[in-house]
Amino acid sequence: MTNRVLDLGGLDALIGVLREDGRVVVGPVLRDNAITLAELESAADLPGGWGVETGPGHYRVRRRADTAVFGHSAGPQSWKRFLHPPRRTLVTSDGNGFRAAPDPAPDYAFLGVRPCDLAAIAKLRQVIGGRKPFVVAAQCTEPGEVCFCASMGCGPAAGPGYDIALTERIDEQGQRFLATGGTDEGAAVLDRVPARRATPEDTALAEQDVQAAARTMGRAMPELDLRDLLAANRDSAHWEAVAERCLTCGNCTMVCPTCFCVSVEDHTDLDGTAERAQRWASCFEIDFSYLHGGAVRTSPAARYRQWMTHKLGTWHDQFGTSGCVGCGRCIAWCPAGIDITEEAAALTREHGGEQR
Amino acid sequence: MTIPMTDLDALPLLMNLSHTQRAALAGVSRIETYEPGTRLFDEGGLADQCWVVLSGCVMIDAAVPPRGRVTLQSIGPGELLGWSWLVPPYRWHFGATVVSPTRAAVVDTGALRQLADDDPALGYQLSLILIDALLNRLQATRIRLLDLYRNPS
Amino acid sequence: MTWTPTPYRVATRTVETHDTVTLALRPVAESLPAFLPGQFAMIYAHGVGEIPISISAIPGDGTLVHTIRAVGAVSKALHDAEPGTVLGVRGPFGTAWRLDGVEDLLVVAGGIGLAPLRPVLGHPSKHTLLIAGARTPQDLLYQAELTQLSDVDTVLTVDHGDDDWQGRVGFVTEPLASVPLDPERTTALLCGPEPMMRFCARTLLGRGVPAERIQVSLERNMQCGAGLCGHCQLGPLLLCREGPVTGYPVAEPLLLAKEL
Repeated sequence: MTNRVLDLGGLDALIGVLREDGRVVVGPVLRDNAITLAELESAADLPGGWGVETGPGHYRVRRRADTAVFGHSAGPQSWKRFLHPPRRTLVTSDGNGFRAAPDPAPDYAFLGVRPCDLAAIAKLRQVIGGRKPFVVAAQCTEPGEVCFCASMGCGPAAGPGYDIALTERIDEQGQRFLATGGTDEGAAVLDRVPARRATPEDTALAEQDVQAAARTMGRAMPELDLRDLLAANRDSAHWEAVAERCLTCGNCTMVCPTCFCVSVEDHTDLDGTAERAQRWASCFEIDFSYLHGGAVRTSPAARYRQWMTHKLGTWHDQFGTSGCVGCGRCIAWCPAGIDITEEAAALTREHGGEQR
Repeated sequence: MTIPMTDLDALPLLMNLSHTQRAALAGVSRIETYEPGTRLFDEGGLADQCWVVLSGCVMIDAAVPPRGRVTLQSIGPGELLGWSWLVPPYRWHFGATVVSPTRAAVVDTGALRQLADDDPALGYQLSLILIDALLNRLQATRIRLLDLYRNPS
Repeated sequence: MTWTPTPYRVATRTVETHDTVTLALRPVAESLPAFLPGQFAMIYAHGVGEIPISISAIPGDGTLVHTIRAVGAVSKALHDAEPGTVLGVRGPFGTAWRLDGVEDLLVVAGGIGLAPLRPVLGHPSKHTLLIAGARTPQDLLYQAELTQLSDVDTVLTVDHGDDDWQGRVGFVTEPLASVPLDPERTTALLCGPEPMMRFCARTLLGRGVPAERIQVSLERNMQCGAGLCGHCQLGPLLLCREGPVTGYPVAEPLLLAKEL
């Protein structure tokens, strides 16, 4: 497939083509002082000229010196809220029969999906299934302070799963997007968008920008088998140390693009009909592990251990891959600034110490 | 009635004894059969023997006014009944009643002590057997204290 | 996986103890695939909620038999369901007791843990020994049925006896330590409160039964039945998928971890 180069007008046309085909195009927008995700009508909706500043327990939007539309890292929302909505009705019943609730999900096109989130979409869909969205990825050339996708093997270059991958570049030649088709469907969409053929230099520059990004990651996960590390540290005293800071608020699980847990709730109406609905659940909720007589994981230490161990360790046992993509959201949105990479490093140090 | 060796050989309790050691034990034991309702001992009585139940069931009880005799524990096939002969003042702490037709090896504990004194290797094995049985009883009693089967609601 | 239950009607309701009943459910129209001993259904009480309940008998005519103890809001609603009530059922879910090549079958149950084991008591193994524990004689499930089972030796034991009680008083580990068994031929199935299973397994290991031939039935919060909701995790296991029946070598370290 030939690479193309689109300008901002071309990007706008791409959104137009995707909408023409009946897709609901969702992408990054500036809202409530954050880069969130919402339906796009045109490229003008994108957060051009806005970047972000992140850190443990810290997230601010900031003005950029340029007009980049993908010059921001992961925000408080992820594509999870579209593929796996925060609340969804499952079944309605009248006491004698049960009706499956219709799945109202439209045909989505996700635009501006960062490589970490591209990996997250694959991990999430592996668990919950559902229709595959059309994905326009945006390769990462400017990782944030809390990003560690390179050490999770999920970025900054887009891995498999995209229909089109874009790499944004702004230089003396102006703002442009190198577009690569990842699927026949993606290539066919690209054919309908005004663009020029990419030169070898365009491609080389994009590759160079992405490679450079890998070296400017704010953080990294320790390089060792995390699954073994966590399995060996079930009884580590370190969990208590984390628990002293953890508020068990569950923010990390809400912002995590792969945390898929749900609780099912029942609602009854005065007319006798009942509805069963699922909502996002968090393993930090006490009732999450409720068994007749009480919850199994009552201590904050046990609940933090469950979350981190599942994310980095037992996800491998259950789904053959890590549950973490290195997007850094859990670090930025933790009110206590707990950093999963630092906790993994602390466990590694402690474990190394035990072995000596 | 003397004790058939096949009875002792089949007991998991005595698994770690050699055939010779089991024969020595048989030498200080006799077989008795008991009808349901037979009172084997009462609290306060002299503890000078113990039983290995071969078949049937014996209940251990304590007198608790005004509830009468409260059953605490049953002793079934393969289990040891009676510990108070081990330590002063050699008086039974509880009572015991046979509740189903029971066949048991009754051990003369005085003679058993003599055996253990004469043959320390056998004495050591017997101590281990007693500790094993006692530990099993203690642990089971502790688990019962947990009241695991209660309705949590 | 579907979240939509299949309607079943309560055909009979048998009171087992003061807090436990056995419901026989007949399909209203469509029926679910056959259950294996050890597997469970998600049973929905209209408007109240849905909980996992093991299959406690497999009559073979499509009737689902479940023994339910009232311990929470949903189990209370199911416990109280009179004949004619329509319940929603999903399943079968989870792993079954592994009975292939079993020689001597040893079944140890505590409390309501007898329910998931009842379907294996008719298994044509060469010799089945059942040791079942309960709080009091009045709490023992299926008493009449157990005494009539052929080819099954039964030891019933309670924590607290009464004047009429002719069985044993004590914990299941006591008969377990002294019953004759051939460790080379024994397959043990354990179901009951976690400490009970841990203690029983250790007693069996002490008697030379290999851990590989000890199976336990584990329980955690279950909501979906298909590994989608995340609630039933026990370390690496999603118990609705890799459980409830689990080999002891896998279960032991998980059962020993605190608040896992």
